[in-house]
Amino acid sequence: MEVPILKQGNYLIATIQAALSDAALLELRDELVERVGRFRARGVVLDVTVLDVMDSFTARTLRAIAHMTKLRGARAIIVGIQPEVAFAMTQLGMTLEGVETALDLDGGLAALRRGTKGGGDRGR
Amino acid sequence: MGVSRRCAAEQRGAATVAGEIRVSIHSEADIVAARQQGRALAAELGFSSGDLTLIATAISEVARNIVAYAKRGEILLSHTNQGSRRGIVVVARDEGPGIPDIAPAMQDGYSTSRGLGLGLPGAKRLMDEFDIASQAGKGTTIVMKKWAR
Repeated sequence: MEVPILKQGNYLIATIQAALSDAALLELRDELVERVGRFRARGVVLDVTVLDVMDSFTARTLRAIAHMTKLRGARAIIVGIQPEVAFAMTQLGMTLEGVETALDLDGGLAALRRGTKGGGDRGR
Repeated sequence: MGVSRRCAAEQRGAATVAGEIRVSIHSEADIVAARQQGRALAAELGFSSGDLTLIATAISEVARNIVAYAKRGEILLSHTNQGSRRGIVVVARDEGPGIPDIAPAMQDGYSTSRGLGLGLPGAKRLMDEFDIASQAGKGTTIVMKKWAR
């Protein structure tokens, strides 16, 4: 597994460490979807700060991760999209529609805590 | 060979012209290498960090196109000058099935693979110049340029 997945309370935090191959990104997707069940996670934060390129495949896979996680009962938030990457994605025509985003890891965790019904730490 | 004269010239120069880089594309793992090499060359040429991301993203899309449709091919990276302007030239070549009808392939949302259909039209938007030549059964060559500002 190239991307470490940390468990913090009811949340899973996956922080991408370096440019990922397609295979590694798909592995992350499968692992996250599986761990949401194993740890009964209520939320997932996926930190993409390190990515200096987000092409159509990456964007499509991130969207899939967010939707699959949601189908498993957890909320997913993508954090850390860099300004240049946001600009390139817009030019390319990718929108990540229906996917929650936050500025950074702190913002993502804050959103999860605010938004999860009854508070993020309930029901442990 | 479905290759335009300009590309053939660029290909001949590949071995001799200083700073020209050739990246073989055989699998999706090579896509990352191609865009990292392209970003490094563009950085040497003095592109802004925003432009570096645009160039790397465009390279990623055309390299992805090779893997998806032709299985193998190559990306050639070089620099060019026009007066005082410096630019990067990205050539994506394959000898795959070719694109029988280029017009729909250049439209957003058109894809015969599992993609979003943003690859080629998206890459065109990211770069300053974009030429595509393709012949059914012979292959596809894309030449893209971006000028440093």
